[in-house]
Amino acid sequence: MKRIVSLEINGRTVEEIVPDNMLLVDLLRDRQGLTGTKQGCDGGECGACTVLVDGRPRLSCIALVAGCDGKRIETIEGQAKGGHLSALQRAFHENLGAQCGFCTPGMILAAEGLLRDNPAPDEDEIRVALGGNLCRCTGYVKIIESVQVAAAEMRS
Amino acid sequence: MSGAIGQRVPLVDGIEKVTGRAQYTADLDSRDALVGRILRSPVSHGRILRIDTAKAEALPGVTAVITGDDCALTFGVIPIAMNEYPMARGKVRYRGEPIAAVAAEDAAIAARALDLIEVEIEELPACYTPAESRAPGATLLHDDKPGNLERDVHHVFGDVSAGFAEADLVREDSFDCAEINHAQMEPHAALAEYDSTRDRLTLHSVSQVPFYVHLMLARCLEMDSSQIRVVKPFVGGGFGARTETLNFEIIVALLARKVGGKVMMRLTREETFLTHRGRPATQVDLKIGMTRSGKITAVECEAVMAGGGYAGYGLVTILYAGALLHGIYDVPNVKYDGYRVYTNAPPCGAMRGHGTVDVRHAFECLLDRMARELGLDPFTVRRANLLSAPMFTANGLMVNSYGLDECLDKVEQASGWAARKGNLPPGRGLGMACSHYVSGAAKPVHWTGEPHAVVSMKLDFDGSVTVLTGASDIGQGSTTIVALAASEILGIGLNRIRTVTNDSVITPKDNGSYSSRVTFMVGNAAIEAAKAMRAKLVAAAAKKLEVDPDDIECEGETFFVHGASQSVLPFQDVVIAALAEEGTITVKGTFSTPVEAQGGKHRGGAVGSTMGFSYGAQVVEVEIDPDTCAISVEKVWVALDCGFAINPLAVEGQIEGSVWMGMGQGLSEETHYIDGLPAHANLTDYRFPTIADSPPIEVHIVESIDPLGPFGAKEAGEGALSGFPPALVNALADALGMDVDFLPVTPDRVLEALTKFRRANRRKEAAE
Repeated sequence: MKRIVSLEINGRTVEEIVPDNMLLVDLLRDRQGLTGTKQGCDGGECGACTVLVDGRPRLSCIALVAGCDGKRIETIEGQAKGGHLSALQRAFHENLGAQCGFCTPGMILAAEGLLRDNPAPDEDEIRVALGGNLCRCTGYVKIIESVQVAAAEMRS
Repeated sequence: MSGAIGQRVPLVDGIEKVTGRAQYTADLDSRDALVGRILRSPVSHGRILRIDTAKAEALPGVTAVITGDDCALTFGVIPIAMNEYPMARGKVRYRGEPIAAVAAEDAAIAARALDLIEVEIEELPACYTPAESRAPGATLLHDDKPGNLERDVHHVFGDVSAGFAEADLVREDSFDCAEINHAQMEPHAALAEYDSTRDRLTLHSVSQVPFYVHLMLARCLEMDSSQIRVVKPFVGGGFGARTETLNFEIIVALLARKVGGKVMMRLTREETFLTHRGRPATQVDLKIGMTRSGKITAVECEAVMAGGGYAGYGLVTILYAGALLHGIYDVPNVKYDGYRVYTNAPPCGAMRGHGTVDVRHAFECLLDRMARELGLDPFTVRRANLLSAPMFTANGLMVNSYGLDECLDKVEQASGWAARKGNLPPGRGLGMACSHYVSGAAKPVHWTGEPHAVVSMKLDFDGSVTVLTGASDIGQGSTTIVALAASEILGIGLNRIRTVTNDSVITPKDNGSYSSRVTFMVGNAAIEAAKAMRAKLVAAAAKKLEVDPDDIECEGETFFVHGASQSVLPFQDVVIAALAEEGTITVKGTFSTPVEAQGGKHRGGAVGSTMGFSYGAQVVEVEIDPDTCAISVEKVWVALDCGFAINPLAVEGQIEGSVWMGMGQGLSEETHYIDGLPAHANLTDYRFPTIADSPPIEVHIVESIDPLGPFGAKEAGEGALSGFPPALVNALADALGMDVDFLPVTPDRVLEALTKFRRANRRKEAAE
């Protein structure tokens, strides 16, 4: 079965005819060309595909497009506004929160979801919020620093 | 020095990574590509009796089906040990080995086509452990390898029996280290395009060493290498998994040629695990002799590795283990016996800290135990055995710089070792260990006599410098190092420099990203190229200012005459003057290793040879729950002698990442097979630490300034890894009063060992 869905993706309204079993990650990557959203596992294990759905981090590899009808989707491509990196993007760049960069889009969006809810998280809160996002390069040290730097900047 | 180096600099390709613009192989436009999928062996060992692809070929939407019949040529990383076909021929030797592949219009059709391929296999007895493989009468995996032995190595340096006779204490222990996998975040992928009108092939892939892939494509497809182009897009981590050419890279190319078009192959995470090439399960039997003051008098080691079904990198791994076993310390008498054994499992290969990690684990654990028996502090024992550079180790490895003593001082002080060791509350422990690693192999496996690295640079009318390198940035920041070297030598801003990397039609050949070679070798080549360019600019400025080139000085992006600051030329004017001489300026720099760096003269002596070793020391603090044996790493203090930190930010990142990867191996990582069936081929069961499990890591950089390193630099990305597992096990011994001889130290294993240990203690007490 197919259906017509209407979503807001990075501020733009998108209408698509999709199969009922289509995953959000496939819509984003294959139909919208938004390949910044990564797939690192066979489903729900690594967090690389994290996007914001109505402002909350969701794994787009286990979210059906059908379930996102009428919702607001934010991907890594929508984070820089007017040519300016978001505070998290800049902090991850400047503090080496990204090495190979493959987990980075998901990591940044999970952190963005956290900072919107909790502008001043302590270290443990950062660890809990990013607990489902795996990274194999950094040992997470500079990821935590990047989130802390961005949080401080967003507060000031 | 113009100040570009030694500063904390974000990666030059970092913006792409944080904005999602970085294109990895799976992100490349494949709307007009067919989907490639691989059919894999369901059994661990068997003879292929029949493969019938007729039904699959008849399925609408299927464009091509290939099998082992489509490629009768082996591939592999070691020229003398290539015994693997892209798709199995005659026999299968592990569960998951490719036996056929399809190209179809979409993934669903490709999956159905795989189901329609009929395969008949006569199952043979399988060997899953070296003991099974080496048992008399064991079924041979390869007919030409009696005893299922891929390679045995026997090295003796000095007089081992005399060494043991001098010792006040001789102790021998045995250590079991589980097999682990790189689990880089990006699953494998490759995009192949075959141009049938020109008979040309283009492959985009996740390779760390695109030139190996290039060579193997030419070999297996029997094409002239000039008709092949290999491109490496952004790569989501490697850690050694992508050093060798991998089967899917050849399979997708075979499919593309067969269909005369474009095929995208994206492996699942499970298939990425099956492709493997990880660190082999290794048993290390180690004997050390020591004097009362802690001086090592002799070392004897036997290492047995379960290599999987094919040769791969195996002989290098088993040689590395022997070569790097002892050379971190002053050890005059050494005997090493290594056995690399075939088993019916996915082939092992190179993984970060290639060959050194499991023997270093055994060595550093045993040193601690002997220190305890002799009543010596673990730091004292290490300090009793330091090298003094410059020198050559017993097995002929060149050591020009050595900062291990300073590393020891740093972590001893930072961790508060003297006051805290032995004084922590119950269930807490401190442990330490040392480690080292090569800065590139001084003699590579594909030895042709060419320079190890070539970097090209172009300067044009617009005043921009383009640096061309074939060095593969896989996240470690190598492109940034090359740009920084150019910036430093040319005295120009990083913003004036663009980098072009890893496209065989544009960039010079590079030996690739493995054995931590890039900073040292490519860095030196970049320095040489930049110096050549600078000489041209200085000559042009001198001509224009009508002075001798020796009188020209540069500051920032201006050139002026020494002592006459009114004669100033801005960079762009000098560029135009230089171009007036010869047009667009292109230069190149190369790097070759001197013969004295290329190792001992004994068989296999080139493995382990390098221009310079990094050295590290670390202290690990753990807490263990007495009831569940759940282990939490509370803090790590690590110091690494990287020669000189060209980019301290990236050096820190590399050290943190390698310590953490050692933590994964120490605490929880292991591939696990049940009758050859991979049971951990996903990111839930293959357990590496999450952010919630990961400790703060305090990094101290030690700069010994290597005389041959670029600006004095050596490697920074691998050296710290192998220190973690032994420091962890030594910390556990401190916390529990019990030694464990296995990795990883999972709670179930530790609990079992602790139960036995306590029972034995109670019996001993009852008996007394």
